[in-house]
Amino acid sequence: MLSRLLQVFTQSPDGYLWANVQAMCTSFKQELLNGSHAFGAQGANGTRTVTTKDTFKAALFLVSASRGASDTVYNTTGELAGTGNYTQGGIAVTNATAPTTSGTTAFWTPSASLSWAALTSSGAFDCMVLYNSASTSSLEVAVFTFGSQTVTAGTFTLTMPTNDATNGLIRIA
Amino acid sequence: MAIITTTRGDLDDAQLVKREGVIDNENETTTWTEYCLLACAGPHLDGESCAQHVHRSVHVTLKKWPDGLGAVLADLQ
Repeated sequence: MLSRLLQVFTQSPDGYLWANVQAMCTSFKQELLNGSHAFGAQGANGTRTVTTKDTFKAALFLVSASRGASDTVYNTTGELAGTGNYTQGGIAVTNATAPTTSGTTAFWTPSASLSWAALTSSGAFDCMVLYNSASTSSLEVAVFTFGSQTVTAGTFTLTMPTNDATNGLIRIA
Repeated sequence: MAIITTTRGDLDDAQLVKREGVIDNENETTTWTEYCLLACAGPHLDGESCAQHVHRSVHVTLKKWPDGLGAVLADLQ
């Protein structure tokens, strides 16, 4: 646990703590209750029918960024620069598997790995931000962290966890 | 022989020093592969680069997100 904490927090030159902290955005929880996100197409609920699901994107952020639970919308602050074959805004998330449930837990996981090819990262990065690219303000869903990495003229692949109630990327228990 | 895409164009791997590493913890299993020019004195610490560094690829497999630390498991109860 201590090593994880040390990994999460980075002391900045100006004395402030910068860190990306994995979290489901608090605003996202509220937006779920407001019906702002459609990970799958739902049936009629008596009031309205959502027949198309939203599109989601994943973007990479530098270790010096400070993404976390208080984020509300995607923005480019702290994102990898749009160089080295990286496009700010990230890449589309493949969503071929609708949310489902097991026991008392609902869960959803992207149905394919995320991959950036021929990439040279503008710096060390340790964070992927998932956001709803169909929403007008790019509502942020969650922040996912991993060990700090750099990529040089190579491929960065992010493989998703098993899509089940224990491991799925987004779980509501 | 394999051709490696590098910052100096495609190079034969015989011209390069290959290093690989693995990070495995509760959050992720990560493998990385990097190549440096033969002039590189290496070895490096994990993830450390050098002037001869010409390629680095990374594959992160996300695992179960731990509870705590603002984990992604939303407890709406």
